[in-house]
Amino acid sequence: MTYKSRLDGRKDNDLRPMEAKVGVIPNAEGSAWFKIGNTWAIAGVYGPREIFPRFLANPKKGVLRCYYTMMPFSGSGERIRPGTSRRAQEIAMVMKESLAPLVDLSAFPNSVVDVFVELPQTDAGTRCAAISAAAMALAHAGIPMKDMVSAVAVGRVDDRLVADLDYREEHIGEFNPDSHGAPVADTPIAMLHATKQLTLLQMDGELSKEMLLKLLKLGEEATEKVYQVQVKALKENYSSE
Amino acid sequence: MIVNQETIKTLAAQGKRLDGRGLHDYRQPLAIETGISWTAEGSSRVQIGETVVLAGVKLSLEKPYPDTADQGGIMINVELTPLSSPEYEPGPPGIKAIELARVTDRGIREAKAIDLQKLCITPGEKAWFVIIDIITLNDAGNLFDAASLAALAALRSAKFPYVDPKTGVIDYKKKTDVSLPLVKEPIAITVSKVNGSLLVDPTVEEEKVAEARLTVALDVKNVLSAMQKGGEGPLTAEEVGAMVDLAFEKAKTLREVLHKHIP
Repeated sequence: MTYKSRLDGRKDNDLRPMEAKVGVIPNAEGSAWFKIGNTWAIAGVYGPREIFPRFLANPKKGVLRCYYTMMPFSGSGERIRPGTSRRAQEIAMVMKESLAPLVDLSAFPNSVVDVFVELPQTDAGTRCAAISAAAMALAHAGIPMKDMVSAVAVGRVDDRLVADLDYREEHIGEFNPDSHGAPVADTPIAMLHATKQLTLLQMDGELSKEMLLKLLKLGEEATEKVYQVQVKALKENYSSE
Repeated sequence: MIVNQETIKTLAAQGKRLDGRGLHDYRQPLAIETGISWTAEGSSRVQIGETVVLAGVKLSLEKPYPDTADQGGIMINVELTPLSSPEYEPGPPGIKAIELARVTDRGIREAKAIDLQKLCITPGEKAWFVIIDIITLNDAGNLFDAASLAALAALRSAKFPYVDPKTGVIDYKKKTDVSLPLVKEPIAITVSKVNGSLLVDPTVEEEKVAEARLTVALDVKNVLSAMQKGGEGPLTAEEVGAMVDLAFEKAKTLREVLHKHIP
């Protein structure tokens, strides 16, 4: 194994430092931000409100819509041109599918609940931070929820299975000369707290089934840590009022 | 809402406001923070009451424009995010965002706040271009003043990224300790006319009932670098004079706040 210890000194199951806050956008029905390391996602929820265009309306239940935007200065390289990208659209889609099992919108037919996420700075793990922030914002908005969802990436860096990869670990060959050409896999997951079911599961890299199953176990432990931070922030919001 | 609108007008004529402020008072907190985004070359967060905007500066090396071959360039973009108000929708910038960006841009550009010649590396070939993105997080009114202050704070905090002397490639992850050639600090102040009275730092409700507004960008010597009248109500020359006087007074206050937060 070429990756002997993690670049930032964390233990394999350690997440980067997390911080969360609820009620950060006064105009929104619900809002929250979630920071993990140098990744920062801010979520705002509007609705239930009238849906436009009208043909999107569902007469049986409310519609959940998600939007994901990296601020133009939030990438680690050049400026990102504003406007939606294929990547942003795909992330918005998986966000929606991760959050949909949480909420019960049956009381709001023909309406929409819009979830907007903006990221001022990023260092890997943005979709997970976005989902974790959005779930808190939905709770803060008072949308009926059946469970809570918490998201974080797990993965392998060479033969080491780790939680919450940062940018350098995702590109280990560039940052750890010994690990040049070593396999890396990044597996963002979102897990429902009560049922431990997965609502987000993606992977890119090289992985065996045995490793995948170990990663999912590691992911259960890692998402629980995210959950603790989410719940603490929600409680703090209400206890200070 | 309509009841409030009538009340705002009645109160304004008596020199009062719905939230109890004086006509010439800014909301509190009036706060400026820099370094909020590690990925930007410079960044800031400005809060005026419940209005919050973020600004980020990105630098890139480009070929100068043919008519200004010995200069770099600046560009300002504003995103009125749907996160920040129920009135904004996803999609390309609408006219409100475009006006806000252009007025903020003119204030800085026309003051020659950044020495664009110092941004040039090789005339006709290579120069630094400065792009400032202003992102709203919560629109509770007075985005013009907040945007200008955020842009200025982000510019003040910006550091050039490291450039490999051999390849000429920018390493955005490494910052130098060299600041931008910021030679002036134009601040924009917006004065609104509500039922004949002049007031500053309007809330969204006040913006909706204002007959007219005048945004004035000015430097420390009170030299104006940009103006924009908005709203359908006309203004007399006397009113314009009074609005500019008020802008002088308030720019001084905001300048003090800026320097207190970013010495």
